[in-house]
Amino acid sequence: MNGATATLNITRYLPGQDQIPRSQSYSVPYQRDWVILDALNYIKDHIDGTLSYRWSCRMGVCGSCGMMVNGVPKLTCAVFLRDFYPQEIRIEPLVNFPIIRDLVIDMSDFLDKLKSVKPWIIRKTEKQISEGEYLQTPEELSAYQQFTQCINCMLCYAACPVYGMEPEFLGPAAIALGYRYNQDSRDQGKESRQAVLGSHEGIWQCTFVGECTEVCPKEVDPAAAIQRSKVEITKDWFKSVLLPWGQR
Amino acid sequence: MISPRPDKSMLYYPKMPATWWLRKRSYFLFMLRELSSVFIAIFLVVLLVQIYQLSEGPKSYTAFAQRLGSPGWIIFHAIALLFAIYHSITWFFSTAVVLPLRLGKREIPRNLVAALNIGAWIVVSLVILYLFLSLKG
Ligand code: SF4
Ligand code: FES
Repeated sequence: MNGATATLNITRYLPGQDQIPRSQSYSVPYQRDWVILDALNYIKDHIDGTLSYRWSCRMGVCGSCGMMVNGVPKLTCAVFLRDFYPQEIRIEPLVNFPIIRDLVIDMSDFLDKLKSVKPWIIRKTEKQISEGEYLQTPEELSAYQQFTQCINCMLCYAACPVYGMEPEFLGPAAIALGYRYNQDSRDQGKESRQAVLGSHEGIWQCTFVGECTEVCPKEVDPAAAIQRSKVEITKDWFKSVLLPWGQR
Repeated sequence: MISPRPDKSMLYYPKMPATWWLRKRSYFLFMLRELSSVFIAIFLVVLLVQIYQLSEGPKSYTAFAQRLGSPGWIIFHAIALLFAIYHSITWFFSTAVVLPLRLGKREIPRNLVAALNIGAWIVVSLVILYLFLSLKG
């Protein structure tokens, strides 16, 4: 290390103390191999123990370290200081969410929405254990595999202007997960997800800005899941109107 | 299971600035796409009126067509055409996302799907133009 420093301008908000968020500047030693999260941890350990943020795995798996880095939603454990150095770096909490404190946002709305699409396998009839597993071919797996990669980091919600303007919108990741289970050949719960996915607050509120897919660190492509859900639900609707009972 | 909730009165609710769509190229392009619908809608209304005039006889149709020849309307139609082209191109790229095409086990690259769509669109447009010109001539 040669004494070089990197400057981070971080949003601070202490409930009960600050009326509105403010920005605080910190200088940390510049290390080529540091990610933004390393710099935050350095601040917390050596400069200011009151700074609050979420993190856990440090390897792009847990999805808890999402923040706005220079205005773009990022996993802070996956972006390097060197990508910005010597420019100052602006770190803010994910936008479109209420702020609890500093960089910590309230994710309860997202968790409720996630639960509402029933992201688990629903069976009308369960097999007996003695009958063996529910088998699936590689082709059946590939129909939904990419959508299983979601780590619930909520970067896509921060990127979505529709969610910013209409907070009741179900949002990219929840829809992608609903779609993932609908496409799973072992699942039989499509109808029970329909009311939520097919509602006005569901897929139809999406105007296909496409930014969710751009920012997703796991290449889930939620925008594609939403548009394909629109096609699927429309097809099902036509079938239900045109085909007589029993042939659907 | 009920997950713990933060005390709502302690939260800070940020507001989206009215200029959010100027912050990013992709947001701006999205707004352009939305705006293009307005121009296309006006164009369609004009077209409907034009068809109506046709039913009213050659006199009123010619008068209407002459009015459309004014510089203001020509500029409007030029802008509407640009927007229609822009809207169509974004539409073809969307189609590639919505309907993934597979060749065997591999998904055909989206840009290729969009390019094929746009190619077909150009061919169809040229055929229509040819028919139009030969009918006129
Ligand atoms: S879809 Fe992508 S960006 Fe959205 S929560 Fe899942 S992993 Fe994160
Ligand atoms: S700390 Fe787990 S994803 Fe970044």
